[in-house]
Amino acid sequence: MFVAALLAVLASMVLALTRALVGPTLYDRILAINIFGTKTVLLIAVAGFAAGRPDFLDIALVYALINFVGTIAVMRLSHYGDLGAADEEGVL
Amino acid sequence: MSLEAALDIASGCSLLVGSLFVVSGGVGLLRMPDFFSRTHAASLTDTAGAGLILLGLLFQVDDFAQGLRLALIALFLLFTGPTATHALASAALGDGLSPWTRKSGSRR
Repeated sequence: MFVAALLAVLASMVLALTRALVGPTLYDRILAINIFGTKTVLLIAVAGFAAGRPDFLDIALVYALINFVGTIAVMRLSHYGDLGAADEEGVL
Repeated sequence: MSLEAALDIASGCSLLVGSLFVVSGGVGLLRMPDFFSRTHAASLTDTAGAGLILLGLLFQVDDFAQGLRLALIALFLLFTGPTATHALASAALGDGLSPWTRKSGSRR
C-alpha cells in the first residue's frame, strides 16, 4: 500500500508541475509550486516508511516549514517588488 | 483478529483514500477553468489528501517519537495550507484577476 501511495503522490506531482509550467498567471504558478512542495513532504514521509527508515520524517518536517515560508516570501516579492522591508518612515 | 492486522487494514484504507484525494486534487489543479477554482482543488489535496496519508502512516509507527513527528507535520500542513491558499487568492483578487463565471465562458 506504501507503493500505491508513492505512485499516487508522484503522479500528482507531475500534474502540479505541468500546471506550474503551463501557467497562465503568476498566481497559478505559485499555487502549483506550493502544492508541489506539500507533495514533496508527503513523498519523503511515505518513502521513509516504505524503505523502513522513518528517520526521514525529520527531513519532511523541515521541508514543510521551508515550503510555507518560501511560498509567502515569493508572493510578497512578486506583489510588492521587495520582501516587505520598512520604508523611510518605518511603516510597513 | 489481532490488533496488528486491524491496524494494517486501517492504515491501508487511509492510504488508499488519501491517494485518491491527492490524485483528484492534482487532476483538478490541471483541469479547473480558472485560478480561483484551482485553489479549491489545491486546498482539497492539501487537507484531505495529506491528512489521510499521514493518518495512514500514523497507524504504522513503532514508537512515540515517530508518531509525534507525524502529528507535527499534519498540524503544520493543516495550518499552512489554508493560510497560503487564502493569501494567494486574496492577492490575486487584489491584483484584479476576475473569477471565472458561466457567462465569461472561456478558459484562462
